Amino acid sequence: DYASARSGQGFSTDEDKTPLGDVTSYNNFYEFGTDKGDPVDHAHEMTTDPWTVEVSGLVNKPGKLHLEDILGGFDLQERIYRLRCVEAWSMVIPWVGFPLAELLKRFEPTGDARFVEFRTLYRRAEMRGTRSFTSIIDWPYREGLRLDEAMHPLTLMAVGLYGKTLPNQNGAPLRLVVPWKYGFKSIKSIVGIRLLDSQPATSWQTLAPSEYGFYANVNPRVDHPRWSQKYERRLPNSLFDPNRIPTRMFNGYAEQVAHLYKGMDLSRFY
Amino acid sequence: MRGRAIRWGVFILCLTPFLMLAWRAATGALGADPAKTLMLQTGEWSLRFLVLTLLVSPLRQWTGWALVMRMRRMIGLYAFFYACIHLASFGHFYIGWSATILAEELVERPYVTVGFVAWLLLLPLAVTSTRGWQRRLRRHWQRLHRLIYPAAVLACLHLLWQARSDIGEALVYIVMVGALLAWRWRRSRLWHARSRVAATRAAHT
Repeated sequence: DYASARSGQGFSTDEDKTPLGDVTSYNNFYEFGTDKGDPVDHAHEMTTDPWTVEVSGLVNKPGKLHLEDILGGFDLQERIYRLRCVEAWSMVIPWVGFPLAELLKRFEPTGDARFVEFRTLYRRAEMRGTRSFTSIIDWPYREGLRLDEAMHPLTLMAVGLYGKTLPNQNGAPLRLVVPWKYGFKSIKSIVGIRLLDSQPATSWQTLAPSEYGFYANVNPRVDHPRWSQKYERRLPNSLFDPNRIPTRMFNGYAEQVAHLYKGMDLSRFY
Repeated sequence: MRGRAIRWGVFILCLTPFLMLAWRAATGALGADPAKTLMLQTGEWSLRFLVLTLLVSPLRQWTGWALVMRMRRMIGLYAFFYACIHLASFGHFYIGWSATILAEELVERPYVTVGFVAWLLLLPLAVTSTRGWQRRLRRHWQRLHRLIYPAAVLACLHLLWQARSDIGEALVYIVMVGALLAWRWRRSRLWHARSRVAATRAAHT
């Protein structure tokens, strides 16, 4: 229970929050199935205690974080972020967590480190989606950020939502939240963090490079081949209120993050 | 009398998915994203009814039930009915009834184009499904209604194109439609072969 987590000053939106029931029953977590309703039905099969996150690569102090270190070792904050999925739906979620920068600093990235790679748990016995014969994802799920993106104060490591422990289907016990990027960048149930000097191969980018870029910054001007990104459906919606709203550059966080991409052609580095 | 009762039974059965969706929509039980649920469910039901329509002829041949042939129009019309709700949901939720966005989607997203063409192919079939049209078109009617084959193939492609990481579901439909089309292809070859043999025999006597 994280009711005491202080609110992250200046980081939260005051838009209507997506109700808890929707946040925890409408998920993309392909390790448990490709249907939005699969994770809530099957994620309970995943054991999250004990849990270890291994931090390796270009760091002075490689090592492991155990669940207790994660839950007790950081000053938790509540941050209400917009979450924009590449599939053109979006939510507003009150997360509880701490900046990823705080975690990374403990392991002391070396001067050569330029990228961070994240890895999700891959445990076939507990993740039925990974046992699907027709799935073409090369497990485990991997994601990555440039080091400056990872160190940005908006980049959050979440351990809870709505003041409570993170439910399994939302990526327990520890997940990334990068609010200005499409949701698939916000990797769930992390067991590995590696600092690198070159850009890591990430799951979706490897699978379909023309559709998913490494950066995956929310951008209404760069369409996904399958979906227009100009609008989004803010959830929940209803028959009478489709709740279609225009998508904002960097998901509305341009003021904080646009400088990270100065001079870059965002239609090339999508 | 019995046939009529069965037809009513089938009619209600085919309508049930719609009634259940409508009930869930009315009670707010469609989840966080009713738009997506409606789209997926009606699209899938349309494809299921297309498969069922294609299943009628083989079923008639295997079982000899004449009754199934009399269900075919209804089942086919249900495929069109669900396709219409599918398309309407797209119009309402995804593009806000904007013709500009529709044009853009049709140009830029081939899976949308393919789905839309499948619906267009079903449209004349639904219109000419009455006995009156059947009489008026005579032998052309049957030829026209073969449009259901490309429509079913396009519908499968429409689904496959949207699979992001798992093509299992699309494969199930592809196998079913493939098998049903293969059955027809084989039947027409047998039929042609038989009529050739008959023609040769007739020539020799």
